[in-house]
Amino acid sequence: MAEPLLDIRDLKTWFKTDDGMVRAVDGVSLHIDRGETLGVVGESGCGKTVTARSVLKLIDMPPGRFEAGQILWQGRDLIPLDETEMNKIRAREIAIIFQEPMTSLNPVYTVGDQIAEVIELHQKLSRKQAMVGAADMLKLVNIPNPQRRVHDYPHQFSGGMRQRVMIAMALSCQPKLLIADEPTTALDVTIQAQILELMQEMKERFGMAIMLITHAMGVVAETTQRVVVMYAGKVVEEASVEALFGDPRHPYTQGLIRSIPRVDRSAGRQARLESIPGSVPSLLDPPPGCRFASRCRYVMPACTQAIPPLKEVAPGHKVACIL
Amino acid sequence: MAGLTPASLTADAPAPAVAAPRKNRPTSPWQEAWRRFRRHRLAVASGVVLLLLIAAVTLGPFIWPVAINEIDFTAKLQGPSWAHPLGTDDLGQDLLARLIYGGRISLAVGLAAMVVAVVVGVVVGALAGMSAGWVDAALMWLTDLFLALPLLPLLLLLMYLFRDHFKRLFGVEGGAFILIVVVIGGLRWMQVARLVRAQFLSLREKEFVEAARALGASKLRLVVGHILPNALGPVIVAGTIDVAAAIIAESTLSFLGLGFPSDIPTWGSVLRDAKDYLDIAPHWALFPGAAIFLAVITINFMGDGLRDALDPRRVL
Repeated sequence: MAEPLLDIRDLKTWFKTDDGMVRAVDGVSLHIDRGETLGVVGESGCGKTVTARSVLKLIDMPPGRFEAGQILWQGRDLIPLDETEMNKIRAREIAIIFQEPMTSLNPVYTVGDQIAEVIELHQKLSRKQAMVGAADMLKLVNIPNPQRRVHDYPHQFSGGMRQRVMIAMALSCQPKLLIADEPTTALDVTIQAQILELMQEMKERFGMAIMLITHAMGVVAETTQRVVVMYAGKVVEEASVEALFGDPRHPYTQGLIRSIPRVDRSAGRQARLESIPGSVPSLLDPPPGCRFASRCRYVMPACTQAIPPLKEVAPGHKVACIL
Repeated sequence: MAGLTPASLTADAPAPAVAAPRKNRPTSPWQEAWRRFRRHRLAVASGVVLLLLIAAVTLGPFIWPVAINEIDFTAKLQGPSWAHPLGTDDLGQDLLARLIYGGRISLAVGLAAMVVAVVVGVVVGALAGMSAGWVDAALMWLTDLFLALPLLPLLLLLMYLFRDHFKRLFGVEGGAFILIVVVIGGLRWMQVARLVRAQFLSLREKEFVEAARALGASKLRLVVGHILPNALGPVIVAGTIDVAAAIIAESTLSFLGLGFPSDIPTWGSVLRDAKDYLDIAPHWALFPGAAIFLAVITINFMGDGLRDALDPRRVL
């Protein structure tokens, strides 16, 4: 099998706090192949964002720290690299877009300036050429009137438009991997669909891979090929999108899928929307055993003894559950 | 007709439809601030007065080419007249010429000291705000220390101690200028440092800073290119008020005889020379006093206007 584009092995990103170590990411392994869209799902606070930021080394250290593991980018470990070397990988090879398009752009510069800055930084072009590139990128992400809009400031764009600008910025150097950290969470539903469609379009155009982090199962079903389900800093299930929705094995995944609101069932027949009781446990010195045990409906004594390892139950389908 | 067709996102809109919304479209943040500043009448009026004052001291010598040290005992302590619009002093020297010359020094000292204070303040504040931890603590401790110092006695002490060194190094006038600017600026950077640090602490956590970092911007670029421009508003306001404070400080020093050498007129030293003749020649003290007052109050009003214009929470 070909070498994966990104291969995270047993990554542990911990944060030191006054109360002790917060194990935000505690032994996560996942990989992304070239041109693939990987979904990473889970509730708030389960380590998705920390995983994503770890890849680009955007974790503040201290208090954060890589306790163990490797982040192999095309076979090269990113963890020992310093800021200068990381800056050659950021945007050029791996780019990221964030959840909040309203605050992700600098209010004092025009969007053209901001896109051009990224181009200038990585491609050694003159300002003039970079501005032309910026207008091209705006055009590519379907912003009307790009020639004029490059001279506009972020506050003159709506949320959806700003997310398009962010995508334009992120893609301006044709990265091989785009990490999208909840790119649509802050947008309303129709705009969400447009942004997802745009990302799909860009993916086909540039042949890049996408790591789509989200808590919306619907988004995952629509756009990804493979899914990693995270819970409390660990991967609990990994499967192709068909296998995950057709045959979810982990009780947490099952719970997530059951909690998707369904419009197609009539209100009369529909049971109350299910939720998973409780919330993500504290990652501060977690107890031994499966971290989902306290919320699991199938919990048994063995669950609290040791952490169940991730094992393959079908080709490409891994689950961390003793069931 | 054009207004009835539904606006399409991608269609090329006809020219008038594009031009119309462009007019009231706010442009850059600085243009927006200028628009807001213009609504502050007192600040705009102050700006005009200040500009006139600056024009008077820079262009004055060409329009009123009278020597500042031409002694004429026959015309001593005269009130305003056509020959001497602001009167004369006890040596019969023309006050208008002396105030024009002194105004250059006073305003230049004010501006230069402000630049020193702002540069030092921004550097200290930025370092503290970006580094956190013990560097931040140490720098803020230093800032508090400077804030706790009694300014005037220290100012006098420093002037007294270093005046001769600077005189030897940079000449009489140059040495006094550099020393005064450095001492005043060096004792007024603390407010700016605190402001900048506070701004940096909040701005460094902003998503656009992280986004820029994620796209490969170096730390220096983040600080200078992304954080600092967003922190400038309060700094500009503080800097404006610093100009006024520095003018007062320079006048105080000169009044006490520790500023420029006594043969060089500044607003403060003219005031000092005049104080013994208040009862027989009040005009002598009145005009330099008025000049200081006018410069300081217009600068402060402008600072008020800038503060309102640069404060996004204020609707103008």
